[in-house]
Amino acid sequence: MATPDTLLVIIRHAPHGSSWLREGLDAALVAAAFGQPVELLFMGQGIMALLKGQGSGAPGQKASLPTIDMLEMYDIDKLWVPKEALQNLDISTDALVDGVTLIANVDIPDLLQQHAKILSF
Amino acid sequence: MMQYGLLVMGAPYSSPAPHSALRFAHAAIARGHRLAGVFFYHDGVHNASSLMAPPQDELNLNEAWLELHRLHDVQLDVCIAAALRRGLMSESEAQRHGKQVFNIEKPFELTGLGQLLELQQRSDRFITFA
Repeated sequence: MATPDTLLVIIRHAPHGSSWLREGLDAALVAAAFGQPVELLFMGQGIMALLKGQGSGAPGQKASLPTIDMLEMYDIDKLWVPKEALQNLDISTDALVDGVTLIANVDIPDLLQQHAKILSF
Repeated sequence: MMQYGLLVMGAPYSSPAPHSALRFAHAAIARGHRLAGVFFYHDGVHNASSLMAPPQDELNLNEAWLELHRLHDVQLDVCIAAALRRGLMSESEAQRHGKQVFNIEKPFELTGLGQLLELQQRSDRFITFA
């Protein structure tokens, strides 16, 4: 159960297509560094950020996976992933980094309601 | 009365987000609410560029933000990391990075993401325009 102070950061964009993912993760990391509890919810194409073994993007683009791997060090251990979205993208849980928590679409409204503070990227 | 905080992440002239945010800001204040501040992040940092020069029959969004500040003393914070990456900087940052020009001036303030979280903390309602 989230504390009243817990920040929920929603990631809705895949890596490399834009800087949404990177700048969303930056916000999550800064909040965690300031001692605020942080949870992440990956929706739609945002789930691609969690694919294991991905490399960097086009030449000059930084990889985002190292940042995902760093989340645990910042005590960000709730990585919510909607079950149905995984099915839609035909991605199995094995393909994702360790430590994700599956959530059913019907439970997402509750999750949002538990969080007074939300940032959506 | 509510205390509102706004997060603007859409760029001027390519996203309707800055227009919506400005209209919301004026409407909220007109209804007696307080605007705790506006934070510019992601492509929204371009709103802070004093070098934007749209045609005369279009709203100059940078000036519209300055007007909001002038009328209501609203704090305008810009994420420094997102801004520097995109070529937006204050005079002191331009000196630090060896650049000839700068395009961020007061009342816009270059600041860290900590300010975004702090603004969210002291807002009753925190609204994203992206």
